[in-house]
Amino acid sequence: MDLFEYQARDLFESHGVPVLGGAVAYTPEEAEAAAESMGGRVVVKAQVKVGGRGKAGGVKLAESASDARAKAAAILGMDIKGHTVNKVMIAQAAPIEAEYYLAILLDRANRNFLVMASVAGGMEIEEVAHKTPEKLARIGINPNTGISKEKAREIVLAGQFPADVVDQVVDVLLKLWAAFVAEDATLMEINPLVKTSDGKVVALDGKVTLDDSADFRHPDHEALIDHASANPLEAAAKAKNLNYVKLDGQVGIIGNGAGLVMSTLDVVAYAGERFGVKPANFLDIGGGASAQVMADGLGIILGDADVRSVFVNVFGGITACDAVANGIVQALEMLGNKATKPIVVRLDGNNVLEGRRILNEAAHPLIQQVDTMDGAAARAAELAAK
Amino acid sequence: MAIFVNENTKVLVQGMTGSEGTKHTARMAKSGTKIVGGVTPGKGGQSVEIEGVTLPVFNNVTEAVAATGANASVVFVPPKFAKAAVIDAIDAKLPLVVVITEGIPVHDSAAFYAYAVAKGTTRLIGPNCPGLISPGKSNLGIIPADITGPGRIGLVSKSGTLTYQMMYELRDFGISTAVGIGGDPIIGTTHIDCLRAFQDDPDTDAIVMIGEIGGDAEERAAAFIAEYVTKPVVGYVAGFTAPEGKTMGHAGAIVSGSSGTAAAKQSALEAVGVSVGKTPSEAAQLMRTILNNKKG
Repeated sequence: MDLFEYQARDLFESHGVPVLGGAVAYTPEEAEAAAESMGGRVVVKAQVKVGGRGKAGGVKLAESASDARAKAAAILGMDIKGHTVNKVMIAQAAPIEAEYYLAILLDRANRNFLVMASVAGGMEIEEVAHKTPEKLARIGINPNTGISKEKAREIVLAGQFPADVVDQVVDVLLKLWAAFVAEDATLMEINPLVKTSDGKVVALDGKVTLDDSADFRHPDHEALIDHASANPLEAAAKAKNLNYVKLDGQVGIIGNGAGLVMSTLDVVAYAGERFGVKPANFLDIGGGASAQVMADGLGIILGDADVRSVFVNVFGGITACDAVANGIVQALEMLGNKATKPIVVRLDGNNVLEGRRILNEAAHPLIQQVDTMDGAAARAAELAAK
Repeated sequence: MAIFVNENTKVLVQGMTGSEGTKHTARMAKSGTKIVGGVTPGKGGQSVEIEGVTLPVFNNVTEAVAATGANASVVFVPPKFAKAAVIDAIDAKLPLVVVITEGIPVHDSAAFYAYAVAKGTTRLIGPNCPGLISPGKSNLGIIPADITGPGRIGLVSKSGTLTYQMMYELRDFGISTAVGIGGDPIIGTTHIDCLRAFQDDPDTDAIVMIGEIGGDAEERAAAFIAEYVTKPVVGYVAGFTAPEGKTMGHAGAIVSGSSGTAAAKQSALEAVGVSVGKTPSEAAQLMRTILNNKKG
């Protein structure tokens, strides 16, 4: 899960990482009140989980509380790269002397963690990495030994931080590492980390990604979930524990196993070129496709007004095809007249003949069987085009 | 021969007393795998009756190895306890540990992977993987045993069901070993490890490599193929049409910016002479053509 900037700020603060005052506001009135409490001069920042909001006009300096109200009114409701702004962060303004960069992230290629630190922050860090790589220290961290004080100092010196801030940046890095571990984060980035005119080092903007798999040891992370801007179908799927992603096409997809479903999206997209249709979603029902899971999945997909046909693509592994077939039949019984769209089913693998027989015998008017993945994709695309 | 496992692999099941563990232990035993016991902390001394055989349960892997001579384990332990289970297996110096468990926090995987590297005596496969099978010899994990029989194609994939699909497409040729390496951001055995093993395996003639969007594992595999692999390789990459910024089921399967796209992976593979299919069936067809030409 990616956090909003204000959530990252609060999380940093709770772990002792120095931050400036900040508060979230959902209305211009709340923005004005927050600015008032911070002394009037503030920065109003759109809260969206996408980069480039400054360029899009989503970050504005306000000279007074009433100005903050006006700026918030202008920013709220704005569309930034397809994300509607429904809240802003009111951040204390501070005179900035220097901008640095500091991040800890999961490094998939090296299968450990990575600290990136640079005296050249504020701008696109990719550009720094590309044009002046000597200014960006990249140091791998062994998860079992972590970051000692000595290691932190070594990193900060490698990042070429000036002597007068080294101690402070070392302290920030140690606290950031403690937060990274304590919260099961896969990314904690501070950009920019700034030196203010009074010589203090503080985190001005942050990005945090938390590992959803670790939710079981972080009941407090539940409160960070952004229910408001979630797609309603995605929210409904999540409530049923289904792995669902809404896409912008017309062919609903259900499959078992993430790789096979990804592959199914491709095959449907290729087949759909002829008919002007695309996949409507990603939905992986996993290995154990019980009748209930199938019904939940079909229910979500048939509830998508964009869907015109459904493609159920299952390779029977541990869960045999006869169980999947029974699941489909029972799911259609449970859904009753809510099921209105044609469903193309392709079964292969474990107990496939029995699975196909069950579907043939059920003779449900909505179900069509096609024996190959490519053929079934073409049929589903054709049906969606009508 | 086959890679990583053979008919002499003696297997412990960590988490054998749980419902998933029991179910899959029975399946593995049925397909010819030599299961020698299970490990569940606190249940040492008990035994479990599976496929007509009484299997002893131990409190830890070191005890289990001493009693049974096991040289591999399969982990079905739930995410909360998986890290402790894997560390236990590494401490016992088991040469092969296959972690099936899905949903292990990545900080835990990072920790046990680093621990395994430091100890230097254990190969990890997974986590979040279907395991590996050498048909007719050994089956560690949850791959259905009856999709295809022994053959001379090596198969490596992150995804379970795509592995099954490809084994099925190539069922007339059979498989030397199929390895599902798992879809998590940190995995113990990579495409490259499997490519190296298949290249070195005298009983593998050709290799199918299935990749998916996200990360740069396929690009690194391509570089490795160029320098090390002389056997024919056919590739397939899932997720050509996946949109940027959406995680497609596997924690690692996400296109971010210009990196991790299927097209980039395809061109990296094709640049080193790998034939890449647009769909699983097309990839299978490419492999079929290569093997038929070889025969002819």
